[in-house]
Amino acid sequence: MEIDFNKILFAIIGLIIVLNWGLLMSSIMRKIGARVAGRHGIPWFQPWVDLVKNYAIRSQITHGVMFYLGPVFRLSGGVGLFLFMPMIFGSDLWINFSFKGDIILILYFQFFGMLGMALGAGEGGQPHSFIGISRGLSQFTAIEVPMTLAVISLAVQYQTLSISDIVEAQQGGFMNWTIITNPFASIAAMLSLLGAFGHSPFNLVKAPNEIPIGPPTEYHGTYLGVLRTNAAILHVVEAVLFMNLFFGGAGSWLELIVKSFLIYFWSVFVGMVFPRFRIEQSVVWFLKVPLILGIIAIILL
Amino acid sequence: MTNDKLNKNQIEDVSKFFAPENKKKNVETPDGQIIEVNPLSDYFSEARPKVHEPNSSKVVETFLNWARAESLWVLGFGTGCGSIEIPPLLTPRFDAFRFGVQMRPTPRQSNVIIISGYLAVKTLKRVIRSYEQMQNPKYVLALGSCTINGGMYFDSYNTINRLDKYIPVDVYVAGCMPRPEALLAGFMKLKELIKAGKAENANKYVENFDEYKANQKKIIKDWNMPDYNW
Amino acid sequence: MKNLIERLHIKYSLTDIVNQRDNFVYLTIRKENAIDLVTYLKDYEGFSHFVLLSCVDWIEDGKFQLSYFLNQPNKKFDIAIRTMIDRENAEMQSSHHLWKHIETYQRELREMYGINFPKNPRIEENFILEGWDEIPPMRREFDTKRYSEKTFFPREGRKTYDPATYMKDKLYPNAPITAKVNKKDE
Repeated sequence: MEIDFNKILFAIIGLIIVLNWGLLMSSIMRKIGARVAGRHGIPWFQPWVDLVKNYAIRSQITHGVMFYLGPVFRLSGGVGLFLFMPMIFGSDLWINFSFKGDIILILYFQFFGMLGMALGAGEGGQPHSFIGISRGLSQFTAIEVPMTLAVISLAVQYQTLSISDIVEAQQGGFMNWTIITNPFASIAAMLSLLGAFGHSPFNLVKAPNEIPIGPPTEYHGTYLGVLRTNAAILHVVEAVLFMNLFFGGAGSWLELIVKSFLIYFWSVFVGMVFPRFRIEQSVVWFLKVPLILGIIAIILL
Repeated sequence: MTNDKLNKNQIEDVSKFFAPENKKKNVETPDGQIIEVNPLSDYFSEARPKVHEPNSSKVVETFLNWARAESLWVLGFGTGCGSIEIPPLLTPRFDAFRFGVQMRPTPRQSNVIIISGYLAVKTLKRVIRSYEQMQNPKYVLALGSCTINGGMYFDSYNTINRLDKYIPVDVYVAGCMPRPEALLAGFMKLKELIKAGKAENANKYVENFDEYKANQKKIIKDWNMPDYNW
Repeated sequence: MKNLIERLHIKYSLTDIVNQRDNFVYLTIRKENAIDLVTYLKDYEGFSHFVLLSCVDWIEDGKFQLSYFLNQPNKKFDIAIRTMIDRENAEMQSSHHLWKHIETYQRELREMYGINFPKNPRIEENFILEGWDEIPPMRREFDTKRYSEKTFFPREGRKTYDPATYMKDKLYPNAPITAKVNKKDE
């Protein structure tokens, strides 16, 4: 088997672009949040400084092997999601390593990081981590159900399991986008996206003022730097996933940036408006509204 | 007895203060063997903290110090009356986020601990635990005259007079109570110190570890924790 | 309410009655009858709210004065029951069975004044002070300033000023000596 070095190179460049765009996006969103509250907010380069600071912490302590591997699993979840995601439609170079049936793998990778995190944070021994993990896993399981139903609905609608093919089927104007052609599945998935991004109504797991910060209570320094790097990548890649599935993909980087920003902004917008759910409320909510929409989407096909 | 280990006799002395789960006990293993467990030495690390030298390259260290100064994560820990001066920092009026000051809920992730006012002996114990759990470049901002010389509680039986005898202090903000503006000025001073590479008090704490521990143990009579809280 | 006080006086032979306000009375009673009186007020007179339990150290008389403050919410009436106990081996009958929070007050008094309340749960445990091995700090023979100087590290150079003279010297040096003039006028 021959190795396509060109593809690897472009995947690395794409990863760097995605990382920086993710950091910039998070800083813009925090800036918007601050302006809503009437503050100036952080400087725009704050996420980069935080990242450098975290990597520059001199002393680090460990609680065991899994404690090391937790952030590594999380990062490989995020990077894996990126690697199998076609970024730009119609380009040979920016489709990364996507293949027929990649959507199944991507659904799996979404859960992968969470599980690695659970193992790692569990070894930290901090009781707050355990509470955070149990909350996070139960919420994420509830998110996955409507998300999977929407994806199955799409797969049946387009008769394919390849993201590239789904994007291809949506070309030719916004009337062909899935959000128009299959609204129930789209709405179910967009509602579950709120939980996947973890903004306000569903940020009980990682909110700093909840059971201190949830699973990463014990993580510091480089560990935390890795987790934050992954969060930046994951946010962009998940936005790109939804862009590909429901909003017709992107023909250029500019289109990708605009669309992923708007998709991410949807979650921040909801977060600005609504207060936080408790975990039992959010699980029940996910199993009520988006799940019913997802089932309707399946039945209607 | 090596220098790296705790003095065992000291542990025996204060064992009457231990919580029931921290006392010595006999545990039966799954094989039916009975072993003695001393939770303090078996479950906790007894190693001494190490000095972490700054990066040898001056350019790199200057850059990293700039990053540290621009990203101060403050431990959400309030003692005394000054803790009520910290929340206004995050409001639109003072908005400490502009200066890279952010609150963190856990000591592992934070770099700055604000001792906000008078410090009872009981609280000092918690402060030491939190301070020692913070990771190496760590800074202490002492608020109010109570931390400088005891303030109006100078003759109290239960509040300490000088904070710098127990943990090294980077910046003092005088006043009773200093307003949030003064606290912001303290943050600015701390940033100056960090950028100049002068805020190496975490290493100072390790170098003078025995002295600080002697001072701490002089007033904390029920010392029921390891010497260094890893 | 006078009716009630008279009845109590007959029943329990109070040693002193001070009418503080129309709706607030201090009753002084012997140590043996104090808890009986509190129980009676709670059970028969509707004093359902226990406000606080406090202590005063009368070191000259060799006594501690305990005060049980009770409130009758329907008639808006307060009664404080005072009782004197010896400072030496100070001990008082525990009343934690009447209200749950008396337990906490009694633990505090045990720690701050060294008054023992036998049968109070967790009475031997630390309440606020941890590992305190001096005499209880709120007793008046305890010299808190000397203890502080001995234990903590007083910073040198601390000066204390009389506020009146300091303000006159530093802030208003040219001001007329108003206080003395006023006295002469009088």
